[in-house]
Amino acid sequence: MTDERPAVIELSDAAVRVGGRTLWGGVDLTVRHGEFAAVLGPNGAGKSTLLKVLLGLLPSATGRVRVLDAAPGHAGRRVGYLPQRRSFDPGLRIRGTDIVRLGLDGHRWGLPLPGRGGRNAAAGTRVAELIELVGASAYANRPIGQCSGGEQQRLLIAQALVQRPELLLLDEPLDSLDLPNQSAIATLIGRICREQEVAVMMVAHDVNPILHHLDRVIYLAGGKAVSGPPGDVITSDTLSVLYGTRVDVLRASDGRMVVVGDPAAPAVHADASERGGMHHSAA
Amino acid sequence: MVNAFRAGTIVAVMAATIGWFMVLRRQTFAGHTLSVVGFPGASGATLLGISAGLGYFVFCVGAALVIAALPRAGQHRQSEESALTGTLQAFLLACGYLFVALYKGFLNGVNALLFGSFLGITNSQVTLLFVVAIAALAGLAVIGRPLLFASIDPHFAAARRVPVRLLSVLFLILLGAATAEAAQITGALLVFALLVLPAATAQAITARPAASLPLAVAIALVVTWLGLLTAYYSPYPVGFYVSTFAFGTYCLVRFGRQLLDLTDCRPGGLLEEAG
Repeated sequence: MTDERPAVIELSDAAVRVGGRTLWGGVDLTVRHGEFAAVLGPNGAGKSTLLKVLLGLLPSATGRVRVLDAAPGHAGRRVGYLPQRRSFDPGLRIRGTDIVRLGLDGHRWGLPLPGRGGRNAAAGTRVAELIELVGASAYANRPIGQCSGGEQQRLLIAQALVQRPELLLLDEPLDSLDLPNQSAIATLIGRICREQEVAVMMVAHDVNPILHHLDRVIYLAGGKAVSGPPGDVITSDTLSVLYGTRVDVLRASDGRMVVVGDPAAPAVHADASERGGMHHSAA
Repeated sequence: MVNAFRAGTIVAVMAATIGWFMVLRRQTFAGHTLSVVGFPGASGATLLGISAGLGYFVFCVGAALVIAALPRAGQHRQSEESALTGTLQAFLLACGYLFVALYKGFLNGVNALLFGSFLGITNSQVTLLFVVAIAALAGLAVIGRPLLFASIDPHFAAARRVPVRLLSVLFLILLGAATAEAAQITGALLVFALLVLPAATAQAITARPAASLPLAVAIALVVTWLGLLTAYYSPYPVGFYVSTFAFGTYCLVRFGRQLLDLTDCRPGGLLEEAG
C-alpha cells in the first residue's frame, strides 16, 4: 500500500460465528483515515454483523480486529454509529433537536439542569452546528414523528456525528428512502467524509447511489470478503471468484452497475431472500 | 380536607412526572396493570390481616418486576409485551375477586380500594406519601436523561453503552412503587387517570421535553385541586371530578392541535411531505 494515512479499521484473518455457523472468515481489510468505504453483498452475508464486530457487540472468533488503535468497543465516542433504519412513531412528540442532543449527552446520568451555563450553552451550539451541517434547520423544531423519512435520516446522521467521531459506521442509511433522497443523503455523507475528515463505513444494499463517492468497497459473499477500490472489486472476475459461480457485472450507459447472477442483487428484489438463502446453503 | 389537599398535591406531582415517562415509553398498559393490581394486593392483605398498604406495595412492585422480566426480543415486542401484561392483569384481578369473596362483608372496603378515600387521610399517611414521592422523584432525577434516551431510541442508546434493560426495570419498579402509594389515597382507578392524562395532554401541547414535563405536573396539580374543591361542595366522588377535568383538558388540547395542524398544512405542508 502506498497510502500513508493511518488506519482506522484493521481486520486480519477475522471470522464471525453466529449460532455455531461461520458467517464469514479469513477476512483481511484496512480502512484508512478519511476514507469512504461501502460494505456490499447479498442478504444474510453478514454485512451488519461486520459493523457489530467493529462496535464490539460481537467478538471475532479468530484473528485480530482493531478500531482506531483500540479493541472494538473501546474507542468510545470516537466511533459514531447509525443503526439500521429506525423510524420514529408518528405520534412521538419529541423535536428533532432533542434527538440530536441525546446523541451528545443522552448517556449521562442525571438531568440537564438549566442555568449551569457553559456546558449547556456549548452543547446547544454544537447541536445547532450539526443541524446546519446536515441541512435540517427548517424542520429541526418539528416533532420527529412528523418528519419525512429523508428528514429523519438527516437528523439521525447529525445525531451520529454530534460527538465528533473519527469513524462513522452507517447501517443501510439509504434503505427505504426514495431515489432523490437516496442520492441527496449519499452526497451529504460524501461531503461530511471529505469536509469533516471522518472515515465512513457504510453498509449498502445498492452501490449505485454512492458509487462515485466511494474510495473502497468491501464485498461480502459466500463466507469471504474482497476489499479494494470499487473499480477493482465490482468486476465480473472478482465477484465470480467470491461467489464461486459465474457472475456478470453490467454497466448501463449512465454508469450504473448491475450485478447479474447475484442471487440477491437489487434487480431481482422480489425473490431475493428465497434465492439468496439457496445460494448460501450451497456456499 | 387539608390533608386531602396535601396528599392530592403529592400524588399529582409524582404521578404526572412518572406518567410523563410512561406515556413517552408507550407503557400506559403496564401502568394500568400496575394500578389495578393494587386491588388484589390490598384485598389479599386485608384477608391475611396485615396492612392494606403493605399489600398494595408488594403486589405493585412484584407485578412491576414480573412485567420487567417478560422477554422483549424481536420486532413485535410491543404487542407481545402488552399481551403478556394483559394476561398477568386478568389473573391478578381474578385473585382479587377471590380474596374479596373469601373475606365476607368487605363491600365498603372494595369501594375504597377502587375509588380511593381522599377524605379522611391521616397525617402519617401524608408523611409516608411524601417520603415515597421524594424517593421516587430522586430516583427518576438520577436516571432521567438516559431513561429518556433509552425510551426514544433504545437501539442507539444501547450502542452508546446505556444500560437499556436495567433502566427499564428501574423505571417499572418506580412506576410500581408510585402507583401503590398513590392508589391508597386516590383509588386504583384514579391514579391511572393522573398518570396518563396530564402527561398525554402536555405532550400534545409541546414537543419540548423541558417544557412538557413541568406542564404535565402543572396540569395534574390544577385538575386535582379543582376536583377536590368541587367534590367538597357536591355529593359526588372526587375521582369523578379529577378525571373529568383532566379528560376535558385533554380533549380541548387535542381538538386545538387538530385545528392548528389543519391550518398549518394548507400553505405547503402537504407539498413538503411529497418532496
